[in-house]
Amino acid sequence: MAKHLEKELDRLKKLIYSLSARVDENLELAVKSFQENDAELARKIIDADHEIDDLEVEVEEECLKALALYQPVAIDLRFIIAVMKMNSDLERIGDLASDIAKNGMYINQSRKPKIPLDLHQMTYLAKAIVRKSLDSLLNIDAYLAREVLKDDEEINSMKAEMKAEIVEALQREPEHAEVLITLLAVTHRLERIGDHACNIAEDVIYMVEADIVRHQFDE
Amino acid sequence: MSEEITLRKFDQFAEHSSSGEPSEIHIEAKDFSLFYGDFEAVRKVSLKIPRRMVTAMIGPSGCGKSTLLRSINRMNDLIPSTHAKGEMVFDGHNIYDRNIDVVTLRSRVGMVFQKPNVFPKSIFDNVAYGPRLQGITNKQQLSEIVETSLRQAAIWNEVKDRLSSNALGMSGGQQQRLCIARALAIKPEILLMDEPTSALDPKATAKIEDLIGELRENYTIIIVTHNMQQAARVSDLTAFMYEGVLVEFGKTKQLFTNPKNIQTENYITGRFG
Repeated sequence: MAKHLEKELDRLKKLIYSLSARVDENLELAVKSFQENDAELARKIIDADHEIDDLEVEVEEECLKALALYQPVAIDLRFIIAVMKMNSDLERIGDLASDIAKNGMYINQSRKPKIPLDLHQMTYLAKAIVRKSLDSLLNIDAYLAREVLKDDEEINSMKAEMKAEIVEALQREPEHAEVLITLLAVTHRLERIGDHACNIAEDVIYMVEADIVRHQFDE
Repeated sequence: MSEEITLRKFDQFAEHSSSGEPSEIHIEAKDFSLFYGDFEAVRKVSLKIPRRMVTAMIGPSGCGKSTLLRSINRMNDLIPSTHAKGEMVFDGHNIYDRNIDVVTLRSRVGMVFQKPNVFPKSIFDNVAYGPRLQGITNKQQLSEIVETSLRQAAIWNEVKDRLSSNALGMSGGQQQRLCIARALAIKPEILLMDEPTSALDPKATAKIEDLIGELRENYTIIIVTHNMQQAARVSDLTAFMYEGVLVEFGKTKQLFTNPKNIQTENYITGRFG
């Protein structure tokens, strides 16, 4: 029976890794399509989101199967529970990436505000935090996962700065309100991506240390 | 197993396992070893079993868990060439002391075995057997003991109309509950269960597991089981033994989610044993 479960867990590992890779790639390309004004690439990403959705369902089904058939305990149980939870976080990051591609298309087609607002650093941070959380998963590294939790604070404060700038721009150039509000939505999505990366990191810590660290870092 | 039973059981056990208050110690092994001739089947085990809780013992075949269980009411005395070292303290006394009356000990520490071992007598006589041996002859008193014991063993409603029928005509699950009633009739404080459901189907198993949940209110229960899910379901504390040694002993919830010892983890996840 242990062999059957081991096979199942291996399969689950491969599935969650490929889901991670897909999400990581989509986020990278979504940001690229926005920054390089590549509408074709943006459309490709939006169309490809359903593949991530399908993979999410597949992962969940595999988890449920493993729980029902093998009643796993200890590390096996923690692994499956962690995978189930990070599965939905990954899917949400996929959705947010596709939304960013959509928002990017709109912003790039619209008239720009006079003072350009630079999202480069925030997108860079969001990509990096997702990559780091996925690395912590691949390497089962609770130390790296804890770094993710710290990095998220940086994204949050950056979002607050961007929001202040956008509010100022709105007062200055109300004629660009729609673009500015869409830009605000993008910053919100990037910040949410950071939150999901944090959730993944917390699940990695739970998997390794059996310690639920959620809400301990909220300050 | 009906959903109702499962949910009720879950609540009951969840409540118990989360109360982390220290309980009074009912029985304590201190550096306890048990030998079959030269072979040390239980090796210097020290553990404290709290009162009115369910303690499960798990481990691969031959790890000494049944031997340890049987040491608690000196059942191993019946096997020639066994001897014990260390102490098994119950009620302030080492039960292996010379002046201990084994018959009294066994009346305070009851036991239920793997296979139901009903006597080829009526249901009533099976339960009344122990009290009669203790000298109770009053019919009214015996009837009360029989009814109370059968009720506690959750079998009264099934047998109340046929108490004079032969117990061998009952199903395996009923026979096992009758054995529990028989053990309860002599009013023990501790109930030892040696794989009590291994010969039963899932439905009968669920009934026994429910019963364990109810009996824990009044008795200290120690159960040896090969079924790890059962240990996880019914017990408050779990002891994992390997090659005669107590490897890990702790709260069931913790042991099955985050065992401290790698051997425990490998065993409960099926990677060895």
